[in-house]
Amino acid sequence: MGIFRLLSHLLLTVFVLYPGLVQAQVDDSEAQQLLTSLAESSFAEKKEVVNQIAGSGDERARGWLESFASNKLGRIESSGQFIIVLENRGRDWTVESALTGENLGEISRRDIDTVRVNNALRNELESILSVLDLKSPEEHNRLTAARALKGSVDGVLAERLPELMSDEKSDSVRAALTEALAIYQVEEQGDVAAVATLSGSLNSQARAALQQAMRSDDAALVAAATKAMASIEQKLKLNRAAETLYFGLSLGSVLMLAAIGLAITFGVMGVINMAHGELIMLGAYTTWGMQQLLPGQPGLALILSIPAGFLVAALAGIAIERTVIQHLKGRPLETLLATFGVSLILQQLVRTVISPLNRTVITPDWMSGSVMINEALSLTLNRLYVIGFALVVFAGLMLIMRKTRLGLEVRAVTQNRAMARSMGIKATKVDILTFALGSGVAGLAGVALSQITNVGPNLGQAYIIDSFMVVVFGGVGNLWGTLLAGMTLGTINQLLEPWAGAVLAKIMVLVFIILFIQKRPRGLFPQKGRAAEG
Amino acid sequence: MWLMRPLQERSTRIFLGVLFASLALVSVLHVFMPQDSALYVSAYTVTLLGKYLCYALLAVAVDLVWGYLGILSLGHGAFFALGGYAMGMYLMRQIGDRGVYGDPLLPDFMVFLNWQELPWYWLGFDMAWFAFVMVLLAPGILALVFGFLAFRSRVTGVYLSIITQALTFALMLAFFRNEMGLGGNNGLTDFKDMLGFDLRTDATRLGLFIATGIALAMGYLICRGIVTSKLGRVSVACRDAEARTRFLGYRVERVQLFVFVVSAMLAGVAGALYVPQVGIINPSEFSPLFSIEVVVWVALGGRATLYGAVIGAILVNYGKTVFTGIMPDAWLFALGGLFVLVTVFLPKGIAGLLFKPRKSSDASNTPPAKEATA
Repeated sequence: MGIFRLLSHLLLTVFVLYPGLVQAQVDDSEAQQLLTSLAESSFAEKKEVVNQIAGSGDERARGWLESFASNKLGRIESSGQFIIVLENRGRDWTVESALTGENLGEISRRDIDTVRVNNALRNELESILSVLDLKSPEEHNRLTAARALKGSVDGVLAERLPELMSDEKSDSVRAALTEALAIYQVEEQGDVAAVATLSGSLNSQARAALQQAMRSDDAALVAAATKAMASIEQKLKLNRAAETLYFGLSLGSVLMLAAIGLAITFGVMGVINMAHGELIMLGAYTTWGMQQLLPGQPGLALILSIPAGFLVAALAGIAIERTVIQHLKGRPLETLLATFGVSLILQQLVRTVISPLNRTVITPDWMSGSVMINEALSLTLNRLYVIGFALVVFAGLMLIMRKTRLGLEVRAVTQNRAMARSMGIKATKVDILTFALGSGVAGLAGVALSQITNVGPNLGQAYIIDSFMVVVFGGVGNLWGTLLAGMTLGTINQLLEPWAGAVLAKIMVLVFIILFIQKRPRGLFPQKGRAAEG
Repeated sequence: MWLMRPLQERSTRIFLGVLFASLALVSVLHVFMPQDSALYVSAYTVTLLGKYLCYALLAVAVDLVWGYLGILSLGHGAFFALGGYAMGMYLMRQIGDRGVYGDPLLPDFMVFLNWQELPWYWLGFDMAWFAFVMVLLAPGILALVFGFLAFRSRVTGVYLSIITQALTFALMLAFFRNEMGLGGNNGLTDFKDMLGFDLRTDATRLGLFIATGIALAMGYLICRGIVTSKLGRVSVACRDAEARTRFLGYRVERVQLFVFVVSAMLAGVAGALYVPQVGIINPSEFSPLFSIEVVVWVALGGRATLYGAVIGAILVNYGKTVFTGIMPDAWLFALGGLFVLVTVFLPKGIAGLLFKPRKSSDASNTPPAKEATA
């Protein structure tokens, strides 16, 4: 052990002294020679060779050492050529040349001599590699390396860190290094001053270090650590609240998207469309269909499915209105039953024609991943997009209802059908257009849902009751009510979930709505005046 | 006596006559025909018919509130299932130590979940009378509380329909939970005997079938008795013009509450008779789809006729048995089509086709024309 420490010490000194060497390449014969000696020397000697490789300043050195540490550096027995194993499953391994990076295809594993490594060496390699990264000219690389160091600093590295920090130009990298060092100092040395540095840190390693400090015998240390921990808990609570709120808003915007089309058709025509959920499903399947038509371009397909989903659902809506609903004017309960029948038919149609199984809709690259706000809070991108999309759709609908001729006529018919007709508004035409609009918005909801949930024949059923709850809660015929109701229900649901569990939370929300309806039978924002009769 | 009054009606006599004749015919064919005869009715068929009769009773209960009170309940399956669970709990306790784990007190699923003692709400279900009272009380009390809240604040129309649906949906989610102590996903099953009779013997099955028939007859009489009474007239008035009835001085919400609770209890009885014949009760009976299916039975048979509900329930379920046997995929098409065709083309159902409305003075048989709205 002692000699390793000494050597790596040496190595680090070399490193810090010759930063200019980074980003060069030694010529291939020298590289071949370095690697050969790495492969052929004893474990004790390997240490020295590793130092030479790291110190060579070759930009490929990192790759070599990394693959060496993970048992993926090897040599082809026959030619002595060094390779890096890319995939080591099965009998034949996929490899690339260590020197040129050229892919050499599959080679039988029997022909490969792996360069041996042991645990002691591996440990040393870790810190060597992190220092290599900390010297990288790219700030991004340095930051990642500095973050990864938290909780994995050892004595050797700890001595070098102050020096590295003083050379560091970027503030965020230096902050991360400071924290990494403080974690080490708290953990290994019980340094009270370092505890203050960790106060307010959201890193889980920092918390572990503080917890360890809280168990120590030193009273001053325990007091400082307890105080720091309290401030961390405070911050964590805030972050958790923010996360719950984010999930709540995300669920809320999904509910709002699903419900808002319903709010339009129900509000304007007094028609309960039980097939609304299936219109959402059609929108989701349109997205899937688009991606089948444009293989390899999921992003383009997704964008194209926004108008396509709207159209498909709107056309289906018009068909439903013309064939079923118009014959049931003034009989809302029968309409409910008939449209439920339509929903059964649509579901079965999808099952028979496409498949009873869920379809996979690909999430394009620009929508996957997450935005990291801090170490305790990261927001998934797809939900962020859905929230944005929901708000855009809402704003669009608001514009249509407030600023266009169609919106004016729709509002007139909603308030007083007979009067609107006598003023020359074609109520039937308004009905059809309204229904098409509401259905189209359901299709849009489907496109959005395809990104965050499974696309299958039961997609619509899962949302129909929720959508009704949102409409009823918000008050029929009031778009703002729907927005507020969706967001409220979504947030309540997410608030309850951690301590009640998903199912119980849902039950509680349902019971809440049932009770709420008793108090305010017409929702949060009831229609007032004559429009309320009926 | 209000219960006897319906017996003077021709329609009631015909209905009861046909019902009892069928019961007798099935029993005779089951008991006296040799097994290889074409006319022999197997125990399987007897149970199947018994199941249809349970559904018919449920449909009668739905018709009472929808046809005569104007409340489209999309949650009657909840009352049906509650009655079923009450019966299921009794049957569970009857198993005793004959379960797989042989625990004298705890049902199998509780042993499986490592429960140490029986939850309090299981107490008393070892006694038949208690369980049978609960069959009426459990759905009755739920309907009372729910109805009281809903009718008092004048929740009507589609709003009421939607929250009944939410009610049964919430109950379904709740009963799916293992923590509920009612078998969770799998429900209650594996029943052995009831009142000392082995449930697997043909004689018990026939007995249950006949009991269901009698229950249906009683339920029909009760409903008929209610709708021909003064209360029934007020109820129909509520259906057709709620506000006007209220202005005339009737306490609309009390009428609604009474009829709703009676209907829920009938549904509970139907569920209780259903469980021993089918041999299982699980949360799927709470599913909104089932409840709304019941409504279409009534719609097909003819709303506000009571016998129409029976015809509808038996026809649709027979259709379901046949369809799911031959081409299972087509059943949902058929059911969905039924919803659309009946509401659009057959607003009065089969009963409306069979019996052209005469110059009737019976207000209850006219289709509900909702008050014209401004």
